[in-house]
Amino acid sequence: MSTLQTSVPVQASGADTLSLWARLRVNRNWIALWFMLPAAAFLILFLAYPLGLGIWMSFTDERIGRPGIFVGLDNYQWLWDDSIFWLSVFNTLLYTIVASAIKFAVGLYLALLLNRNMPFKAFFRSIVLLPFIVPTVLSAIAFWWIYDAQFSIISWSLIKLGLIEHNINFLGDANWARGSVIFANIWRGVPFVAITLLAGLQTVSPSLYEAATLDGATSWQRFRHITYPLLTPIIAVVMTFSVLFTFTDFQLIWALTRGGPVNATHLMATLSYQRGIISGRLGEGAAIATAMIPFLLAAIAISWFGMQRRKWQQGSSND
Amino acid sequence: MSDFTTNRRSLLKGGATLLAAAATMSSEELLGYAKAWAQTAPWKPEAGAKVNLLRWKRFVEAEDVAFMKIVDAFQKANNVTISVSNESYDDIQPKASVAANTGQGLDMVWGLYSLPFLFPSKCTDMTDVADYLGKKCGGWAPSGEAYGKQDGKWIGIPVAASGGLINYRMSAVEKAGHKEFPKDLDGFADLIKGMNKNGTPAGMALGHASGDANGWLHWALWAHGGNLIDQNNKVVITSPETAKALEYVKVLYDNFLPGTASWNDSSNNKAFAAGQLYLTTNGISIYVTAKTENPQMAADINHAHLPVGVDGKLRELHLGFPILVYNFTKFPQTCKAFTAFMLDPEQFNPWLESAQGYLSPFLLGYTANPMWTADPKNTPYRDVASTATTPAGIGKMGEDAAAAIADFVVVDMFANYCTGREDVKTAMASAERSAKRIFR
Repeated sequence: MSTLQTSVPVQASGADTLSLWARLRVNRNWIALWFMLPAAAFLILFLAYPLGLGIWMSFTDERIGRPGIFVGLDNYQWLWDDSIFWLSVFNTLLYTIVASAIKFAVGLYLALLLNRNMPFKAFFRSIVLLPFIVPTVLSAIAFWWIYDAQFSIISWSLIKLGLIEHNINFLGDANWARGSVIFANIWRGVPFVAITLLAGLQTVSPSLYEAATLDGATSWQRFRHITYPLLTPIIAVVMTFSVLFTFTDFQLIWALTRGGPVNATHLMATLSYQRGIISGRLGEGAAIATAMIPFLLAAIAISWFGMQRRKWQQGSSND
Repeated sequence: MSDFTTNRRSLLKGGATLLAAAATMSSEELLGYAKAWAQTAPWKPEAGAKVNLLRWKRFVEAEDVAFMKIVDAFQKANNVTISVSNESYDDIQPKASVAANTGQGLDMVWGLYSLPFLFPSKCTDMTDVADYLGKKCGGWAPSGEAYGKQDGKWIGIPVAASGGLINYRMSAVEKAGHKEFPKDLDGFADLIKGMNKNGTPAGMALGHASGDANGWLHWALWAHGGNLIDQNNKVVITSPETAKALEYVKVLYDNFLPGTASWNDSSNNKAFAAGQLYLTTNGISIYVTAKTENPQMAADINHAHLPVGVDGKLRELHLGFPILVYNFTKFPQTCKAFTAFMLDPEQFNPWLESAQGYLSPFLLGYTANPMWTADPKNTPYRDVASTATTPAGIGKMGEDAAAAIADFVVVDMFANYCTGREDVKTAMASAERSAKRIFR
């Protein structure tokens, strides 16, 4: 840096601003900034600006086609006393926690199975990805038929088998509906967890297992003390993403139930869409969407701080 | 419709028979007519105009074919382009709203219900078109004015409505002991109970079905004297009348086919066509489909209006189809000319005929079209405009009423009570709270 500056004094003393600009142009620390600028501009324009606009909108009473005026916390106050909003918060948390937990368990189990040596390994590994590849709306339509009140294949089969007498009211009963949408979400989400964990499993050195086997470790001990600790960083990343995807899910619910029956499956995302876009009250819709942010930040923070801990990174139980 | 003078009617009847010939008009003849029309029309399309029109996706194929024929003739005669895109019922409104909010993408939308009222400030004043059509086509039904006008200004043109009427299987209704379709609330409830006992159940949507659920549940509320808002748009949902409506609908719901709380707009069509459902509220599309796919069932299907209310009056909420022109369009004259052209008798009569009853007119002249009586099963759909009430009920149609129906305030109230989630008082209180938030 200093060498650059020594070459400048020869110039006229009146060109101070020019020299500052010239310095900024060639200064290596600033060059990094120039190179980052396009990417930063992109992020600000397409991520930060819409997010900021959304949060601002939640403090106004904006409606479609009509600019709003600032109303402070009015939208939030209304939501605070709104039982449907709290129901959607409950539904979202239930949906996220149950679906993510089961996705993790099933995904890990599948990953362990696929990690074994078996015939047609590549074929099975790729077929597991299938639910993930199908567009959400398509799979939602398939599930919609599976859960149909009159034409459900499940109800039909069980009736033919003589196990039940009436169609199961999959999407018409609150608890059945919650279970049904959670199942559909799990079906879609498992491949992502399974394949990513499988990738993690492949990085575990086989020599560790060999050594453990020689020492007489059981398969459970090998999993508990080798696989699991070495997999934790991957698990943290996968589960963060899985929780984020599940929490912000929209398409599946919208195509299956539209939040019904009687709002029993309304998630915050679907409620925000219904109030903001369908009913035209953008301000209130934005407030519901903004209310999702703290939950998402919490989910990120947990895994972030978890990943900072050395025990998670290195997989040993003593820091 | 009672105020319709014989004079005007006979005049239009003559016109209709003459115009029935238009149905068989070849596309060249239609083009020739379109050119002649363009000469005399009060609106002169902008040269080289390109208009983006969004419409709902057809339920009756022939209707769409007839519509595209009109578009085609208009394009050629005026040397303009009209690109038509189709979206399903549920996707129309979000897209229209986004266009209204961003001020680009679309020039006109042919949508559902009270779409123009969601963003009246973004709609072109269509009063000239409405007046022109009113004079030419037998005048607007009062419900048509209610659907198109705000503060004396037309913000949209109600092209037609799809009547939300009873579709029933005659054999099942007769077996339940009703030779004639019941015309009062008690008789109707008795019929639904009887049908359930016979194993030929009825079913109407209680889910978030924009067309079906909103339609019959608003009827039930109004029939018992209940209202979401009064004449001054004050929320009055908590009332003994509403409580009666809730009790009445609960009885019906308990006798319905199971699962109606999860139904969307197509659920009843599917169940009816599969022979599992024997009575529902719907447009005429079930019958139209059955005529070609299952003539035996079609022969057993008939239609009727919902029963009158406790005051002896009938108010139904049908699925209106208003067309609107955005005020940011660069081609307002083209849009207006097209709207007037498609509702012109030469175009509209053949279009009505190909819709086979799916489109019921708000322009009274078109009730004289012979198709309404040629098949007596079509006739109930002719009179849709005379029973049609806007989502505002006795209140004033506007943004708020449009928002309330889009947010399913009334549907959720009924569903909350019928599914046992809330008792009568709580269901009314929740609806009142949501409604007060919207009407403030």
